Amino acid sequence: MTETFTGLIPYILTGLQVTLEVTILALGIGFIIGLGLALVRVYGSKTPAQLIAVVSVIIRALPHILLLLLMYFAIAALVNLTPFWAGSLSLAIISSAYQSEILRGALLSVGSGQMMAARTLGMTRVQAIRHIILPQALRQAIPAWSNEAAIIVKDSSLVYVLGVPEILRKAQYYSARTYQPFTAFIAVAVVYFVLTFLTNRGLCALERKLKIPGQ
Amino acid sequence: MVEPIIRLENIHKAYGKDEILKGISLEIQEGEVVVIIGPSGTGKSTLLRCINQLTVPNKGDVWVDGVELTDPRVDINKARRHIGFVFQDFNLFNHLNALNNVSIGLKLVLGLTPEKAKEKALLELDRVGLKQKADLFPGQLSGGQKQRVAIARALAMDPRVMLFDEPTSALDPELIGEVLEVMQKLAREGMTMICVTHEMGFAREVASRIIFMEHGVVVEEGSPEHMFTRPQYDRTREFLGKISELYGKQK
Repeated sequence: MTETFTGLIPYILTGLQVTLEVTILALGIGFIIGLGLALVRVYGSKTPAQLIAVVSVIIRALPHILLLLLMYFAIAALVNLTPFWAGSLSLAIISSAYQSEILRGALLSVGSGQMMAARTLGMTRVQAIRHIILPQALRQAIPAWSNEAAIIVKDSSLVYVLGVPEILRKAQYYSARTYQPFTAFIAVAVVYFVLTFLTNRGLCALERKLKIPGQ
Repeated sequence: MVEPIIRLENIHKAYGKDEILKGISLEIQEGEVVVIIGPSGTGKSTLLRCINQLTVPNKGDVWVDGVELTDPRVDINKARRHIGFVFQDFNLFNHLNALNNVSIGLKLVLGLTPEKAKEKALLELDRVGLKQKADLFPGQLSGGQKQRVAIARALAMDPRVMLFDEPTSALDPELIGEVLEVMQKLAREGMTMICVTHEMGFAREVASRIIFMEHGVVVEEGSPEHMFTRPQYDRTREFLGKISELYGKQK
């Protein structure tokens, strides 16, 4: 028992930083790309919007692990990136497809009258999107986005297949060394549970904090 | 002859095969209050939206304050600053309180400092009797209050003309009065206004001219006195009769 606390937990927690970094990079970069894609789909011209829609459908139709491997080898063929960066970027691209759908829905949920009223005051389209549409759309998107955030927390474990030493891989090393698979994997399960739980709680708090009075 | 502040020349607008406006020409002098009436689906709102180019006409010229807005070289964002527009369903910015609804255009479009913008916004809210509601969000205001904030938002930009698109149609009957009161005050102060409305009491009292539109053309126009007592066309008389029955009797 003491060996579990002195050996396993510190060992697995050395992977926690990697797990968090992969998650934050994938979500953050995925958000930036996803927002860009969503804006093009809602406000851009037809051809790029359709192209993005097609790519988004393809990405969302395939298993994440398959995409991760495909993108990893594609990236590896083009540039010299560490598995950590190649994995994080691949997850970011996968997530951007889902996030663009969430954000597109949120943008469309803001009534067309808001844009009209902004333009009537003399705002440019960009000003109207930045100051009128986005503040409302992003608030709207938080519940669906927190779902995606929880998925990416868990999906960060996929970079395991690229040899990135995140918590699952650490647990597997530990299990191979000590022949205690249950202890190792249950410890990891607890860590994921805590992470997704805190992510959801945090985003719920954010949603409440940003709630528009009277709505 | 003074140059009209708004001049529409032969405005055509069609959506697909559906011809909404069939060559409307109109001149409005500074200080005039023009009320446009007509059955729904007649193109009244479309005409109003053609003035500030929210809807771009297929054909015809729009001149406001000496600038041709249908000229593609014109900076439409700059031109719209001074054309106030009030919507039927208010379209207040839902994420901003009343004060910021009024001040955001001052800051973003006119480039006022936050202090100056706030000062002016409070003044405009006071003008519509809502200074004490400055901190409330649209979701916390009644329909009549929302519309008054929307009017304050438009007035803050120091408009040369104000366009009203059925400003009281979405309101409960007991809230219409407060909005009409603000509009009447504005008319008395000499604001140039075009109002699409069926509030005949308002039209009778403050309109310098009433325009009756149907099927994308102007059927008849004239002073309220002319339109109410001796319209030239039977169709005008019939429509005004019907509408007065529905809305007219209140003051």
